[in-house]
Amino acid sequence: MGFKKIEAIIRTEKLDEVRMAVEGVGIVGMTVTEVKGRGSQKGILLEWRAGEYRVEFLPKLKLELVVHDVDLEKAVEALSAAARTGKVGDGKIFIYSMEDIVRVRTGERGRPAV
Amino acid sequence: MKKIEAIIRIEKLDEVRVALEKEGFVGMTVTEIKGRGSQKGVMLEWRAGEYRVEFLPKLKIELVVNGDRTEAAIRIIAEAARTGAIGDGKIFIYPVEDVVRIRTGERGIEAV
Amino acid sequence: MINSGDTAWVLISTALVILMTPALGFFYAGLVRKKNVLSTIMLSVALLALISLQWAFFGYSLAFGADRGGLIGGLNWLGLNGVGQAPNAAYAPTIPHLAFMVFQLAFAVITPALITGAFVERINFSGFLVFTFLWATFIYDPLAHWVWGVGGWLRTLGALDFAGGAVVHISAGLAALAVALVIGKRKDYGKIPMEPSNIPFTVLGAFLLWFGWFGFNGGSALSSGGLAASALVATNLAGAAAAITWMVISWIHKRPNLLGLATGGIAGLAAVTPASGFISPLSAMAIGMVAAIFCYYMIIFRVRVGLDESLDVFACHGIGGLWGVLAVGLFAEKAVNAAGADGLFFGNPGQLGAQLIMAASVALFSFIATYILAKVVDAIFVLRVKKNEEEIGLDISQHGETVY
Repeated sequence: MGFKKIEAIIRTEKLDEVRMAVEGVGIVGMTVTEVKGRGSQKGILLEWRAGEYRVEFLPKLKLELVVHDVDLEKAVEALSAAARTGKVGDGKIFIYSMEDIVRVRTGERGRPAV
Repeated sequence: MKKIEAIIRIEKLDEVRVALEKEGFVGMTVTEIKGRGSQKGVMLEWRAGEYRVEFLPKLKIELVVNGDRTEAAIRIIAEAARTGAIGDGKIFIYPVEDVVRIRTGERGIEAV
Repeated sequence: MINSGDTAWVLISTALVILMTPALGFFYAGLVRKKNVLSTIMLSVALLALISLQWAFFGYSLAFGADRGGLIGGLNWLGLNGVGQAPNAAYAPTIPHLAFMVFQLAFAVITPALITGAFVERINFSGFLVFTFLWATFIYDPLAHWVWGVGGWLRTLGALDFAGGAVVHISAGLAALAVALVIGKRKDYGKIPMEPSNIPFTVLGAFLLWFGWFGFNGGSALSSGGLAASALVATNLAGAAAAITWMVISWIHKRPNLLGLATGGIAGLAAVTPASGFISPLSAMAIGMVAAIFCYYMIIFRVRVGLDESLDVFACHGIGGLWGVLAVGLFAEKAVNAAGADGLFFGNPGQLGAQLIMAASVALFSFIATYILAKVVDAIFVLRVKKNEEEIGLDISQHGETVY
């Protein structure tokens, strides 16, 4: 049985809701990175001293979590439901297959290391 | 679908962004990272004399594209990010199994 | 006769004005991109050191030494020879001559530092040092003599500039415009976003400038009595009126923003500088309010025409200074300062004429002389960095240092 990596780009203000939602389906470990991104939302206008300027990339968060194949759908479901506002800029989830995993402390590989 | 992950010079971001946009690649994620390749570190000025910095600030750009557009995206990034000097960066390509658009719940190609 | 209260106030004011130059470095640094933050601070603080030396060796003498034809001072105080602890009766009879000299030094330092906003993110550091050293010598020192030196032609004419609206703000603003035209736009200006790297830096810098301005204007009384208090009150009220006006304008357009509020404060403080020792508190508010309107729309106009005078030294200090110098001719009252004059609103239209002559002559001289100087320095020492140095950023390419 394999593992998947779930990589989600979400609104920064949704982090805690998403964290609690995935915790609710039993997934605790994750990595969070402050990123800048854009999709169809493109940039936004911010205030300059007088007038405005366009910022091309908006601050977002990237969450990375690794799950067993069987947990994939419920994790994606919980994550996307919690991250959704229905407006442009909600973000995306990318799913990758993982070849192997190592727990650094013990050297365990594969399934026990998740 | 493929994920393209490019490590580039910080100052090349806008050139790369504009070049990608021109070919219809709008969505992307940018992360400030530190890295090193064959450029290794650089010497910076200390109060008197210098010190060596082993990792240099770089940017990581990530975008997920349809498989048939992969080569086009790679070529655009490589051309826009290239200066010819050591430290131009690298591009890594990964397979992507699935994509979800959070707002609508769309999956797969439609969500890219 | 030395007065200890006056001396204490002028020495404290000197320290306040000295603080304004590093404050300006932070004010500007927050507005540039992250790769040029250190370079931008460097431009200001390097001048604090460089012009301090220039001023002691010969700058003070050229500005305030024995008059030569109303245009420039002589070399009688070279190396501060003859500038001692005893007062100089013609400039400030109750404080040591050295105190007057060092108070003026702080102004000589910050004026070229103001200009740096025009060419941040693309200036070649060595060309910059040559340019500003020559600018201080051939433009600032004569201008200070015209307006403040005994025998200076504008001073003799009766034109009033209490704390440097013409000498500091008009001269720096017009010089910024000239040098921006010579050096050209930043690479990709108008095509890519030029995000401010650190708005808190800018706001911290702006309000340290505001704080320092109490010494700038209040200290220009050169005494610690009622006139200093009057100038200090006018300063605070003009800054406040301009900050609020700017905030309201940007709110009407869209949102009340911090960068605008801080910029508005600076525009108001620049405008009240020449008037601060001659006007009532209510006049100070009017000057600040009008300054905010003029300077705000000058920034909008400057951006629209695509001129990369990057940090709006002309729009804030040039326009603010021009308005302030003319405002002296409108709002000045002898009731506030007997050594001053009445303006148009107090029955003396002639003062406005003298103010107009000062504003126009200082603006023209600064613009033309700076344009020529910048062209010459650019041809010999190069004002602009190479394209790849500009792309990488001046922190690394010029100074080998990086920020946070």
